[in-house]
Order: sequence, then C-alpha cells, then structure tokens
Amino acid sequence: MIFLTRRATFSASHYYWNDSWPAEKNEQVFGRCANRNGHGHNYTLEVTLAGEPDPVTGFVVDLKWLKDVMEQEVLSAWDHRHLNLEVAEFAAGKLIPTTENIAIAAWKRLEPVVTTAGGARLSRVRVYETPEIFAEYRGGL
Amino acid sequence: MNADYGTAYFGRRYLLSASHRLHADALTAEENRATYGKCNNPHGHGHNYVVEILAGGEVDPETGMVVNMAAMDETVRSRVLDRFDHTNLNLDPLFVNRVPTTENLSKAIFELLDGGFAPATLAQVRVEETENNFFECTGD
Repeated sequence: MIFLTRRATFSASHYYWNDSWPAEKNEQVFGRCANRNGHGHNYTLEVTLAGEPDPVTGFVVDLKWLKDVMEQEVLSAWDHRHLNLEVAEFAAGKLIPTTENIAIAAWKRLEPVVTTAGGARLSRVRVYETPEIFAEYRGGL
Repeated sequence: MNADYGTAYFGRRYLLSASHRLHADALTAEENRATYGKCNNPHGHGHNYVVEILAGGEVDPETGMVVNMAAMDETVRSRVLDRFDHTNLNLDPLFVNRVPTTENLSKAIFELLDGGFAPATLAQVRVEETENNFFECTGD
C-alpha cells in the first residue's frame, strides 16, 4: 500500500459564532475568532490517497487528476471566499468553520469523487490554518 | 448542528530548545563513541525541537472543536515546555535511566501529556529533532 499526498493552498476568511449562544458566550469561548467582521488565513490542504501503484504506469493515481479534483471540489468553492457567508457547509446554523470542520467538509467534498474514480481510496485530509495549527480527518476512524 | 462524523484530529506544533548527550551507561566509552558518534561528545549539544501534538475525538457540536486550543496550549506548556525548554535533558529525572534520544523524548512527552486533553485523547506525539529527522509515538 502506498500513500500519496498532494498539497494545495487556499486563502479564505471566517469567524466563529454559535447562533444559539448569547454574544458574551461566543466572545468568551471563541475570543478574537468571534469578531463578526471576520479574519483570514492562508490555509494548506493536504489530501492523502492510499492504493497500489498501477503495474503499467507506476501511479497510484495521476497527480494531475488529483490536483484537478482538489481544485474543482474544494478550491474553486473556498479560495478567496468568506467561509461563513459564501460556502454552503458553513452558512448560519450549519457548521462553524473551525479547522476541524473544514477538514471534515473537505473530506465530504472529495471522498465521493475519489471513490467513484476507483483505484485508490481517500485516506486522510489535513488542513493547516497556520503552520502551527492543523486538523485532520480520516473518515471518522 | 453537527452530524456524527466520528473521530477528527486537532494538531498543534510547539518549539522546544534543549541540549542532550547520547550516552548509555551500560556501554564502554568506545562503544558509546561507536554507537552515538558526535552525539556522544562529552559536553552535549542542542536542538530546536518541534513537538507536534495530535489529539483525536468527537467534534463538539456547540464549538466545532475537538479540543480547546488555549487549554491544549496550557497543558503542553505546564507539562512539557516548562519542564524541558532551555534545559539539559540528561539532567531531567525522566532521563536518569534512559538515554535522551528523540525516540525516548517522544515517549516521555507522550507519557506526560496522556490523559491531558479530555474528552479528546492523545493520538500521537511527533518530535522533529532537525528538519530532516523526526520520531513519532502513538502510545502503543
């Protein structure tokens, strides 16, 4: 089994807010991240696929294909967007765009495409909010 | 607010500067030099270690978080960084009977942090000794 990882970056803004809480609790729990004007990050998205190299091409999957899938499924929807205001998963009353939830949402976008294509399975999605802060999702395992 | 997504992981990287000397009391001086090379030099040497902590658990539906980062920072600071940063690892009681290799440092950090991120659990400690080598402990 080979694990293959492709990395891409996207830039987006967000804020943390739970509508079922009063403003004071949001500010207490989320601190500066609760500023309703939002703030932004340069995110790094790492997508890891697991599979066996094809005996003819030596590829687990074509990296160009994976790049295009990441672009179409994730970056085109998230890059240079306000996650709370412009991305369906993070609309008011849905998921708070924490790094954990961004990793899960990226998995949900990528997993059906990778699975349908066959040849490799999605093993791990890692999202770096900064070089020191990241979240990872492995499909709930 | 959240569906049940199972386990997700939150990771954080910290910097820790410390010195050490690799020397096993059970080996002769020649054997130590042969085994550890430059790392056996008598007066020790230092590294800027990167300590990467990975905690796993359910995403809290109210906060969207596996673990509160400020609480994680405080746990890591009080249990690990305050203990090891700008110290000589060989002088720490944890390394009296074990050589402060980065393998053993990653195990020691895992033991110090284990249970500290409830309700999330410590999934992995990675210690990067330099940009070119790192060690991971998953508690197994």
